[in-house]
Amino acid sequence: MSASLVLEQLLNGLQFGLMLFLLSAGLTLVLGMMDVVNLAQGSLYMLGAYFAATLGAATGSFWAGVVGAVLATAVVALLLEVSVLRRVYGADHLTQVLATFALILMFNEGVRMIWGPQALLLSVPPELARPVALLPGLSYSAYRLAIIATGAVLAVALFLFIHRTRVGMWVRAGASNRRMAQAMGVPIRRVFTGVFVVGAALSAVAGALLGPIFAVQVGMGEEVLILAFVVIVIGGIGSVKGSLVGSLLVGVVDTAGRAFLPAAFGQLFPPEVASNLGPAVASVLIYFLMALVLFLRPQGLFPVRG
Amino acid sequence: MSRTVRVVLVVVVFACTLASGLASGQARTLKIGFVSTLSGGGAALGVDVLDAFQLALRHLGGRLGGLPAEVITVDDQSSPDVARTGVERLLRRDRVDLVTGIIFSHVLLAVGDLIFNHGTFYISPNAGPSEYAGEQCNLHFINVAWQNDNMHEAMGHYATLKNYETAFILAPNYPAGRDALTGFKRFYKGRVVSEVYTRLGQLDYSAEIAQIRAARPRAVYAFYPGAMGVNFIKQYAEAGLMQQVQLLVPGFSADADVIRAVGKPMVGVFNSSHWALELFNPINRRFVEDFRRTYGRVPTLYAAQGYDAALAIDHGLRAVGGDLSRKADFRKAILSGFDSTRGRVRFSKNGYPIQDYYLRQVVELPNGEIINRLRGTIFRNHADAYVNQCRLP
Amino acid sequence: MRAPNLTLPQRAPTALPRTWSARAGAALAALAVVVFPPVAGALDWPYYLSLATKTLALVLAASALNLVLGYGGMVSFGHATYYGLGAYTVAILAREGVRQAWVVWPTSVLVAALAALAIGAVCLRTRGLYFIMITLAFAQMVYYGVVSFKQYGGQDGLRAPRTEFGFHLGDVELYYLALGLVWVSLWFLWRLVHARFGVALQAVRDNEVRAAAVGYPVYRIQLVAFVISGALTGLAGALMAHHTQYVSPAMLSWPQSGHFMFMVILGGVGRFWAGVLGAVAMTVLEELFHAATVFWQFYVGLALLAVVLLAPRGLAGLWERRR
Repeated sequence: MSASLVLEQLLNGLQFGLMLFLLSAGLTLVLGMMDVVNLAQGSLYMLGAYFAATLGAATGSFWAGVVGAVLATAVVALLLEVSVLRRVYGADHLTQVLATFALILMFNEGVRMIWGPQALLLSVPPELARPVALLPGLSYSAYRLAIIATGAVLAVALFLFIHRTRVGMWVRAGASNRRMAQAMGVPIRRVFTGVFVVGAALSAVAGALLGPIFAVQVGMGEEVLILAFVVIVIGGIGSVKGSLVGSLLVGVVDTAGRAFLPAAFGQLFPPEVASNLGPAVASVLIYFLMALVLFLRPQGLFPVRG
Repeated sequence: MSRTVRVVLVVVVFACTLASGLASGQARTLKIGFVSTLSGGGAALGVDVLDAFQLALRHLGGRLGGLPAEVITVDDQSSPDVARTGVERLLRRDRVDLVTGIIFSHVLLAVGDLIFNHGTFYISPNAGPSEYAGEQCNLHFINVAWQNDNMHEAMGHYATLKNYETAFILAPNYPAGRDALTGFKRFYKGRVVSEVYTRLGQLDYSAEIAQIRAARPRAVYAFYPGAMGVNFIKQYAEAGLMQQVQLLVPGFSADADVIRAVGKPMVGVFNSSHWALELFNPINRRFVEDFRRTYGRVPTLYAAQGYDAALAIDHGLRAVGGDLSRKADFRKAILSGFDSTRGRVRFSKNGYPIQDYYLRQVVELPNGEIINRLRGTIFRNHADAYVNQCRLP
Repeated sequence: MRAPNLTLPQRAPTALPRTWSARAGAALAALAVVVFPPVAGALDWPYYLSLATKTLALVLAASALNLVLGYGGMVSFGHATYYGLGAYTVAILAREGVRQAWVVWPTSVLVAALAALAIGAVCLRTRGLYFIMITLAFAQMVYYGVVSFKQYGGQDGLRAPRTEFGFHLGDVELYYLALGLVWVSLWFLWRLVHARFGVALQAVRDNEVRAAAVGYPVYRIQLVAFVISGALTGLAGALMAHHTQYVSPAMLSWPQSGHFMFMVILGGVGRFWAGVLGAVAMTVLEELFHAATVFWQFYVGLALLAVVLLAPRGLAGLWERRR
């Protein structure tokens, strides 16, 4: 096992983790502030990808597509918040889970009605569709590096926003104790709407950027949604820092598990055992991590509420 | 309106509907259940097969074996469960006479027993699992395309001829993926440095590409149909491996659907196929021309298979005068050979074809169009490896 | 503490409908389900007979989930696990050559019950959202675990021939078997929720702190309910495996868990007949929309949203309001 292989897999894990962070940041704040379980976050991610595909094709520019997709998804999120989510604040989790599960079904079929059932296959923008030599013997996709850079910039920006601005302070106050914050005069409802829309926009960024790596198709949101929930439960609900740490942890553990475990098990066990055990352990690793964290620290790694 | 009047009205309308249903049942139509993958990453395959099947039906005047044919489509979403429910509906509610259309082998293996036990024929335009070629071969099963191993056997043979000493081989983890690598290894005499099975539907191959780079093989053999193939090849090129390690693929990963999506990086790739655009026979010429004209795209090998499935059904039905209860005769008629886009195709007793396999190369024409060109023949009259395990007469 | 749950009935539901018309209706419904197979046979409706059998399996699963969700107030987002394990037990035993009904069925239930015991014992240490997420995490673990076992089909699923009862188990016999199992299970659940245990379970749901203060062993009560629910869901899975004669990882997946929850909500969570009404309504809804439009899931989603937002007490709740 060479050092460049480990480095390349680490980069893969970093790229995956940062995209998970974009998805989970909004989710964790929404959950922390309003105690709302929003399964439809994955659908916003999917919408972001579809908007980016359509707008990118219409304008002929990938980046214009991404920006347009973020704005369009934010508008959809605003409408969603006003029309449905407001009605389930304060309801029990079961109601929220089911209402947003219904939204998933509707978004999926809605997308199928508008864009058709076939997967859209996007191309990486031509200026980035080439390898970059990082080290002798290690070239890495320029597009993936761009994703890592974008994810890192957004993470830093979000961090500064949450910790250095007045609105960010309100957000933190709301997440740690909503009623107290409200009593102190924080316009929680409006802040929340803002947070929800920003969270949706971040998900749309992830969807739009990952579109060319995966395929833009119905159901793409559900796969990452579950991972995003794992991330925020590990990180601690309501904590942006927690969701960043959780995302990177999940991204790296998952990638490393898939890349190295089967080989490692091959050394330890007879091949017929290893061929089953390797992939099995690799794919349950992050869920095991989550159960372990919950068992040891039931409030996650960075608990927000006292 | 009084309640009684309303009730009477409802009863009358219901009776009329029922009567019209019975009356229309008088003129016998042939109902074809078409189960295929029409959504998601494998949709391009299903749509090609379906479009070509419909085209063949139009060429045959809307009739199969002289009977007016009706096609009832079901989208299996490449999920065995969805297919199972859909097939149950087709067999028991819609009472179809014949089923066809399935793309993915795991879907076929999940519904096969349901169709066969119902006493219904399944004519496969694509999925050709080894299970149904060997011990589980069935009277009700005919595949007009190939057995899953075949294309990969051809590429394995080609890799041996080209003297690639080491190969890194990959496929999705499902029956056809396992058949594929089994087939490749059967004819590849070099050393396989790594054999990787990825999750069916996986679209990000960064981890596998890193492994390939670290393993430094002479050649990579990858079987990825549909969106999986598009993404694998794009990411392979973006990682800069195209110039470093020779990429070999079967026809599935280098046909018009993949070329359309990947573009330039595909140029030069060698691949195997049982069919090619320029095969010289009147059926193929008419198929290729009309397919392009009707649907505005270059037909793939999947499309050729869909077209052939309709031709095979038509051929078999003609031999039994449209009477599908003469099962042995229907089967015998098709197995003894029918005229297809590949010329006359003969079959083994297990219902799989015996045919030639060609080498194709992706080339860029002077007008900028990128297509597959026929480069030679790898196998002549090649049959599958399982036929001796089949106990059908 | 969380705000009181408004969608649940304020007190334990009382006995069966007592009015004359309700009794007549119930008797008619009972008669209809008993004579359905010969009628379907006479009309040559094999599809609807098999649909009815499938619905019965769903009724069983939804009713079992209702015990945890409605009566216990535990939002389990992983009940597909027990359903799938029950089904997989049938298929795997058949694969290993064990097909005697008296071995297979109890094993199915036992496997599901043991899984529920192990998972419940860990999950019930958490509350609220964390409970939802950790049940989901375990469900995902089991899902991926099963997917990676290639000799049991992995992602492709596995065939599950029907078990041997000593007589031919055709579609009609299977329907009556399902009907019998559902009837016995519902009777058992009815006795359970009206016994001291059921009342204690609802007391824990309504106010855990108070129940603990009064001296109820909260954890043990919840765990017992969780295991019973898991076991019955496993039975439903075994039944479904007999119906489809095929099992696949989709039975273990989280959307499957979501669908069970949907049925319970549709029926009216915490009402005794929620499972029955929900599963039947869901099947009818799906069939109707499926026949009418390709995009049937959109309308199923719309219906679900409408139920959650406008009629949170479900179908059983509609009937309650009128009284």
